[in-house]
Formats: sequence, C-alpha cells, structure tokens
Amino acid sequence: MLDVVGVPEVADLFADIPQVLRAQARADLPPGLPELDVRRRLEALAARNTAPQVPCFLGAGAYPHFIPSVVDHVLQRAEFYSAYTPYQPEVSQGTLQAIFEFQSVVAMLLDLEVANASMYDGASATAEGVLMALRLRPKRRRVILSRALHPQYRDVVRTYTSGAAPIELVEAPLAADGCTDLAWLGDHVDDQTAAVVIGYPNFFGVVEDLDPVARLVHDRGGVLITATAEALALGLLKPPGAYGVDIAVAEGQSLGVPMSYGGPGVGLFATRGEFVRMMPGRLVGEAFDDAGRRGYVLTLATREQHIRREKATSNICTNHGLMALAFTVHVCTLGKAGLRKLAIANTAAAHRAAARLGAVPLGAWQLPFSAPFFNEFVIRGAEAERAWQRARERGVIAGLPLRRWYPELADALLLCVTEAHDDAAVDRLIEGLS
Amino acid sequence: MAVPKQAGLLLEEPLIFERSRPGREGCDVAGGDDDPTAFLPAALVREPIAGFPEVSEPEVLRHFLRLSQWNYGTATTFYPLGSCTMKYNPLTNEAVARLAGFADLHPLAPDDTAQGALQLIWELERILAEITGMDAVTLQPAAGAQGELTGMKMIRAYHAERGGARTKVLIPASAHGTNPASAALCGYATVQVEGNRVGLIEAAAVRRAMDDDVAALMITNPNTLGLFEREIMQVAEAVHARGGLVYLDGANLNALMGVAKPAHMGADVMQINLHKTFSTPHGGGGPGAGPVAVREVLAPYLPTPRLVRDEEGWRWSEAFPHSVGRVRSFHGNFGMHVRALAYILALGGDGLTRATQMAVLGANYIRCRLEAAYHLASPGVCMHECVFTDKGLDAVGVKTLDIAKRLLDYGFYAPTIYFPLVVSGALMIEPTETESKETLDEFVDAMLRIAAEAHATPALLHDAPTRTPVGRLDEARAARRPVLRWTLREPKAES
Repeated sequence: MLDVVGVPEVADLFADIPQVLRAQARADLPPGLPELDVRRRLEALAARNTAPQVPCFLGAGAYPHFIPSVVDHVLQRAEFYSAYTPYQPEVSQGTLQAIFEFQSVVAMLLDLEVANASMYDGASATAEGVLMALRLRPKRRRVILSRALHPQYRDVVRTYTSGAAPIELVEAPLAADGCTDLAWLGDHVDDQTAAVVIGYPNFFGVVEDLDPVARLVHDRGGVLITATAEALALGLLKPPGAYGVDIAVAEGQSLGVPMSYGGPGVGLFATRGEFVRMMPGRLVGEAFDDAGRRGYVLTLATREQHIRREKATSNICTNHGLMALAFTVHVCTLGKAGLRKLAIANTAAAHRAAARLGAVPLGAWQLPFSAPFFNEFVIRGAEAERAWQRARERGVIAGLPLRRWYPELADALLLCVTEAHDDAAVDRLIEGLS
Repeated sequence: MAVPKQAGLLLEEPLIFERSRPGREGCDVAGGDDDPTAFLPAALVREPIAGFPEVSEPEVLRHFLRLSQWNYGTATTFYPLGSCTMKYNPLTNEAVARLAGFADLHPLAPDDTAQGALQLIWELERILAEITGMDAVTLQPAAGAQGELTGMKMIRAYHAERGGARTKVLIPASAHGTNPASAALCGYATVQVEGNRVGLIEAAAVRRAMDDDVAALMITNPNTLGLFEREIMQVAEAVHARGGLVYLDGANLNALMGVAKPAHMGADVMQINLHKTFSTPHGGGGPGAGPVAVREVLAPYLPTPRLVRDEEGWRWSEAFPHSVGRVRSFHGNFGMHVRALAYILALGGDGLTRATQMAVLGANYIRCRLEAAYHLASPGVCMHECVFTDKGLDAVGVKTLDIAKRLLDYGFYAPTIYFPLVVSGALMIEPTETESKETLDEFVDAMLRIAAEAHATPALLHDAPTRTPVGRLDEARAARRPVLRWTLREPKAES
C-alpha cells in the first residue's frame, strides 16, 4: 500500500501536521489488552455496582421492566446496529421501514397525527418541544413549566432556552392533590404565554386531568405540551391527543430499553399534522420506485441542519434509532392487548403496594396526594429519610427521597412499583419501611 | 399489499400492521387481568389502541429479521461513508454493555451502590482528556450535535461572565451543518469563513474576520475535505488575540490519535463522537455519544452534575455554580461509555495511534488508486478521508448520485455525497482502519469499473440500483405529499 501511495513510511503521510504537534502527541495510556482481560476488567467494574443486586423501587424517569428475549435478539442484529442514518434508501429499507413503524406506533400511542424518528431522551425532547412552541408563537416569550414536571426535564429546558432570544421561564406551583395548581394557571396563562408544559403522569406518578388545562391554554392562544417520563402509562391512560395536546413528548426507555444507568433511552416526539414542517428531527415517509414498489425514505429534510444549517428547526443529526427499534419490537410483541395488560399490571402492583404501606402499623406512612396515580406514588412520614436509610441497611432501595428536588417534601419518598418487582421484593420494601 | 413477490433471498415483507390479525398475541403478560377502573377513574382510562399490531412472537421475529436483511451495515458491507467513521464495532463491546451490573443499574441509584459505573465514567473522562490533551471532560451529551450545543453554551457563559455578550461565531464554509445550527441555537449569528484555493482556512482570513464581537471560531480538523488545517495554530492565535475561543469539531478525531492533540492546536473546547472514533455502533442513526473536552478556563462551565472523588469514593456533585446546567437526563449514554472504554482498553495507547495511521493509509491508498479515473477535489496527501467529484462526467450525463447508486449494485454502501457543500458533486470516501487491503481493492475495482461504465454504458448507472429490494425512490413526491405513518383504515379498504 505504501508503494502505491509513494511514501516509504506511514509517518510520512502526516507531514502536513506541524512537527511541534506531532512531537507531543503520544497518548500516555497502557498497552492494549486481550479480549479476556478487557472482559475481566469490565466485569469487575460491573460487580462494584451493587444496586442491581437488591430490590430497588426507584423510578423518577427510568423504569425497571422485563424485556422479552425477542427484543434484544433483534437489537443484536449487526445489520441494524452497524448501519447509520439511512442516506441511501435502497440499501437501508430495513432501518427505514422500522422507523416508519416506530413513527406509526408512537403517533398512535400519543394519539397525535405525526411522530418523528426519535430524539435523544424525554428531557431533550421536552426542550425541543418548547423551542418548537416558540417557533409556532414567535411573538410570545413566556413558557410555563409545571413544578410537577420532572426536575431534570425542567433543567434541560432551562439550558436549551438560555442564551437565545430572551425567554421567560415560569414555574407553575403544585396544588395540594399533587397536580399542577389549576387556579394559578388560570391567573397566569395569558396572551404572552407561548407554551405550558405538564408532566403526564407527572413526576409524582400523578395522572393530571388535562381537560381544564387544555381549555385554559387554548383559550389564551398558547401551545400545550405534555411530557411523559413513563411511556408505558400511555398504554392505559387517556392519551395526550385526546385532550387536544399540541405537542406530546415522552421517554420511551420503559418499553424495550434497559435502564443502563440512564442512557441511551429514546425520546418520543409527536404533534399535529399541520405543524409537521416546524418539527425537529428526522422523518421517514412512504415513497415508490419506478416499478411501483413501495419503500421508505428520509423526507422533509429541508427542516434539517444538513440543508438549512443555521435556519434549521433543530441541530439534531444522530438520534436514538436503535433504541427506537427496541421500543418498536417490544411494543409489537406486546401488541394491542399486551400493552394494555402490562400497563394494568403496573398500576395494580403500585396500588397494592401503596395500600399495604398505608396499612403499616401505627400509620407511619400517608399518601399525601389524593389524585390518581399510575405506577409511582409519594409516601410521607415523620423521619422519612431515616426510614429510607434503615431500609437500605436492610438491603432495599426504598425509592427516592424527595428533599433533593422538593425541599417542601423533605419528609417524603417517591416509590415506583412495576411488574418487575415480585411479591418477595414488595415484602422486603414493606419490612424495610416498617 | 402492493409489493410484488421477489425471488430467492430478497423476501417480501409488509408493514407489521399489515400482518396483524384480531386477537393474536405476542406474549403472555402476568397480572394484567384486573379491571383498571378499580385503580383509576374511568374517564382517564383509554380503550385498547385501535390499529396496534396483533402478531405472534415468531411473526415479530421473522418480520424484523427480514427487515434486517434489507440493510447494509459495516458488519456485512464496506461502508465508506465519509465523515461518519464507519469502523468495525467489536462484538465484545456488545457483551460487556449487557452485563447486569451495567444494564440494570438505575441512574438514581445511591452513589455508593454505583461505584463501578462512576469509576468507569471517571476513567473514560481522563482517557479522553489524555487523547485530546484537554483538561476536563463531561460525558453527558447524547451525540455530537448535543456536544456542540453544550460547548457553545459554555462559550456563551464564558463571555457573559467577562461582561461581553458577543454575538457572532465564525464557521468555515466546509463545516458540518450541525455547527451553524448549534451556534444559532445559542443565539449566535454565523459568519462564514471561506477557505483558500485548496480548501484550507488561512490565519490571515481569520484575522480579517475577527473582531471584538466574535465569540468563537468553530473549526473541524482535519476538515471535511480530509485535509489537516496546516495553519491551525496561527488560526487559533488569531482568534485568541481578539478574546475569542476556538471550538474544535472532533468529528474527525480518528485522524488525530497519537499524531496531534487538539489542545496543542489551540482548541479550547471540542466534542468527541464515541460512535465514530471509539467504535460504538451507529445503530442505524444513533444512539451516539458526544463527550465534551475543555481546557481549564472553560471547566467551570461544564454541565452538572460533575463527578468528584473523595476518600469514600466517587460521587456526583451539583456544586458548580458557573455550570451551564444540564443538557439531558441523568449521566449521558452510559451504555456507549462502557463500549468505548472496552475499545480503548483493547487497543491501548499505541493501538489507537496505529488505528489512526492505518485509517490515513487506507484513505491515501484509495486516493492514489482512483485519482486517474476520478477528479480529486484537493490534490495531495489526505488524512482519514478523500473527496472526489463528478467533474468531467457531465459530458456523458453521469452525476455523483449515479455513481453512488451503481456502487450499491456492486455490494458497497455509497460514500457521503454532495458534502462538503464547497465541492460540487462531492463523493467523500472514508475507509477507516478496520478494512483489509483486499476489501479496499474490491471497492477500488468497482469504482474503476463504474468509471468505465460511465463512458461505455451510462444507462447502467442511470438505472442503478437494480439489485436492491427497491429501485430509486421518488423522494420529491414523498416530500410533496408526505405519508409519515401507517393509518388504520376500514376493513374494506384492505382488499
């Protein structure tokens, strides 16, 4: 090869790089290891993570669910994972058709007309939703975020909207029942409000009634956005589209994707058909060849960065295609009946655990919020954090102490119970918190 | 089903929704037989979703395996997609990322129960700092473009704290589209810097464009023509002299490992695409991972939480008041961090240098073997990729697109085409280090045969591809009347 190139040594190919750079370029890293040694190193690190070895009732944006074997089998097909963005559609129909199916199930799940080919995660999808709302309402500069929206989603919206044209982010307070304070919204949503963002279910697992919120926001000309951290909930709950939500986003990790310390997950993003040209992210559409054969292509690319550059609707390029595939395979395996059953199994498991905790002797725990919940709920009790610590000593991670994000709920824990927690695990939770 | 039957291994496969039969189920779900209104108000409960698939598990498996066979991937095919670094994805990476201690770890697990993950993140941060020469690293950004956004937010915070709300960012015309899009997301106006005759950025041009209102220069090195920016140090100096910062797009880091460190070039901040340089799979369009590396002066602005270490071990800390905040949930695409670390451990420092050398050798080999048949955009030695054009083929009515489509018939994925925008009819070829000489030769031979066909039998190119599940698809019509999802229709419409 060197002969063809006409240089005596590989090093000669780097002559364009100033000598001063080359002289100090060596990376001081240990020599390479055989596969077996790499495996041992990483197994040792994995073993130092003790949380997966004990019953753990954390949710709060990442959810433990059983993943059927067929999902990971498809995911391990290198034909899928070793391809890239399907720029050449004729040899990417597998990826393209799978994305088209993903867009279809997401649109049905959120009950809106169009969904994109995925975003990074629920949090950045929320931020992209806010940016899109600001494009839809270019003269308005206020965005209202519910305090019951996932705190990290709020943080990411803040980061994404800082720096650009001045935007006023306002937090809508909590009502006593665990929902966003509707009366406050009535007083504060005005003709300067571009968007209102509500968690559905919200951070506390509470299923908010969106009918009055939608009426209020739309009466004042705003855009209503919902963010769902637990996509499985939408297999059972009245979907965002049925409330008239304009932009619905979600984190899809709970369907087909392991928690993997928080990433990669997959962001879902859906909206009304009339807004499609304002959407961020890639879109796959149906197309035909000369012979009339049906296929799929990337389409409406004139919204995107590689064509529009600084005028693009978003800077996103690589999305979370493989996790979108996992989501699709899991949803298809569950199917129409199975998805609903799994959602019911979750809400049943959470309600039974909540009832048992409410019945713990001496009434140590109360459920402070009266609104309906899906598979997460808040419990409140004197010395909650000490109880949490005690549970940990007994080998149970009893959910999330809320003080970190909600000082006003310093005596409360957020618990998540799914189908992945068996009776023995729930028994351990109850004992741990007794 | 409008798709006609095809022969042999090219199996027909409808949409999964079209395989649906009422009542069919793909799995048993335990505990789902309760009446949901025992737990939730009836008004909040939806009916089973009309149109959702009703298929068995074997049907799901067959459906997606057939789809997989309609894809070219690096595992099956040489994939010379320029600027995307489509190297081999080692299988052992897939195995280690699936270890239960990683895959089943909840992101909010107490830090003392996640020490293995934290140590992994800590080690990877330091290794990336060593490779790039930078001082601090965050692994939080989910992809390269989000890394750019993070970096530009940090630049903005840096200037804001120094009292100067600068408004402009300089970007070479050859840059990836994500650069201007990311800068615009941070509220910056973009100013294009033109390259010289061969496509390089000259320090003099940057000096002319610089003023006290320029926040930063975003520059890709090697650039998208596959050329090392020879004046990079003087360019950086020109930016710094007027108080600006240098954002280095690390998309092409595969050309630099062990041969030049971005920090020494004068970069203040850069993103690293783990899915390009560090072998994590591209996934049919992601997930990627876009760690951001910075020099000390920008470290206070890194996203939170940041990993810190004390006597008790590692823990996350929010105590960084100057931080730009969070750009995504949790700690980034941790599953990709596991894979990248496995790759780096396997190659070691010298192995990474060797990877860069072989990637550059491969690109130059292709360049030399093809330059008699195709017009080279920039003559001379290239780095990890080379850019050809369709110049000279217009006489026979052949365009870059035709060459790309004909390559598909020969069993190769196409190069990146019509990018960079500064080259008319560009064909950008990046072989990576994981291809053998024999594979490169097969590719070159196909390209040479296509060049001959272009003159002798151009119809072969115009009609290509013919050996794929579908032929060229009418993209214009797809965009005019977009059909972006399957929609449930009345049963009679099915026939």
